[in-house]
Amino acid sequence: MHIMEGFLDPLWCAVWFIIAIPFVAFGAKKIMELVREHPEHKMTVALAGAFIFLLSSLKLPSVTGSSSHPTGTGFSAALYGVCVTSFLATIVLIFQALLLAHGGLTTLGANICSMGIIGPMVGVLVWRLMIKGGAGFAISLAITALIADWFTYVVTAFQMTLNHGQSVDAFINFLTNYAATQIPLSIVEGILFFMFGVYLVRNKPEIFDISDAVAKKMQEA
Amino acid sequence: MAESKTIYIVGFAIIAIMVIAVLAYGSSQDWEFGGADDGAEGVVEEVDPGYEPWTNGIWGDYELPGETESMLFALQAAIGAIIIGYFIGRYTLKKSE
Repeated sequence: MHIMEGFLDPLWCAVWFIIAIPFVAFGAKKIMELVREHPEHKMTVALAGAFIFLLSSLKLPSVTGSSSHPTGTGFSAALYGVCVTSFLATIVLIFQALLLAHGGLTTLGANICSMGIIGPMVGVLVWRLMIKGGAGFAISLAITALIADWFTYVVTAFQMTLNHGQSVDAFINFLTNYAATQIPLSIVEGILFFMFGVYLVRNKPEIFDISDAVAKKMQEA
Repeated sequence: MAESKTIYIVGFAIIAIMVIAVLAYGSSQDWEFGGADDGAEGVVEEVDPGYEPWTNGIWGDYELPGETESMLFALQAAIGAIIIGYFIGRYTLKKSE
């Protein structure tokens, strides 16, 4: 989902930056509050960021004949929501843009929007629905991660279409490149987070209490 | 906790089999498994012919050596894995106390 340097017109670079900045700024503020009010969550935020670091570096081969990487944003989205996730994703994307020439600084805003904001946003919706519906933590985390990952690439395809082609055909072309490749990878990501979810349920289930959806569910119960 | 151990083993096994199966089939089809991020360049050529990237970023035309790139990716994965490993160790220890 890394749009390469120079592949978005300056206008679109600016648009995506303007959308991304409030989320990231609010996320930074939310992390500071979280750390102040729940010091034990300092470590968990680091853990959520670590998943984004690890998974977004793993390039895997896919059935379409090209390679791509998971995003790792599901855990952060489920526990802390969209803004915190966008801040953590920004750190990873800057690291990759500066050191790996992977993605870019001009396209950073667009990449934050797909990987850090809109993908996780859909993930959060799924998480809320599943928790509300009484699904277990592990399976909810897995599906959240799967959807957040996959939808990130749908957004990237959409962002590229807005800039290049602006037609249904172009969108399908970009979807084939990004989102079709991503299907098996998002399944892999879902399996990984299912295993981690099982681990957490057995060893540290109280970690999920910070999630708004879980807190609400517990109040009702 | 034998049951959760089974889940971990089965989970990793499914992932390993998926990756190997894709690679095995790909090798029979001579697939190159290029990055989808770079593949977008080809799609742009198709749907928006004549588009020229307007900037090459801070590295310019210089391509990072493949060796350095794989080192940096490994470094990124290592940073993530160290932190995750630290937590799993801590949680497991606390649980057993």
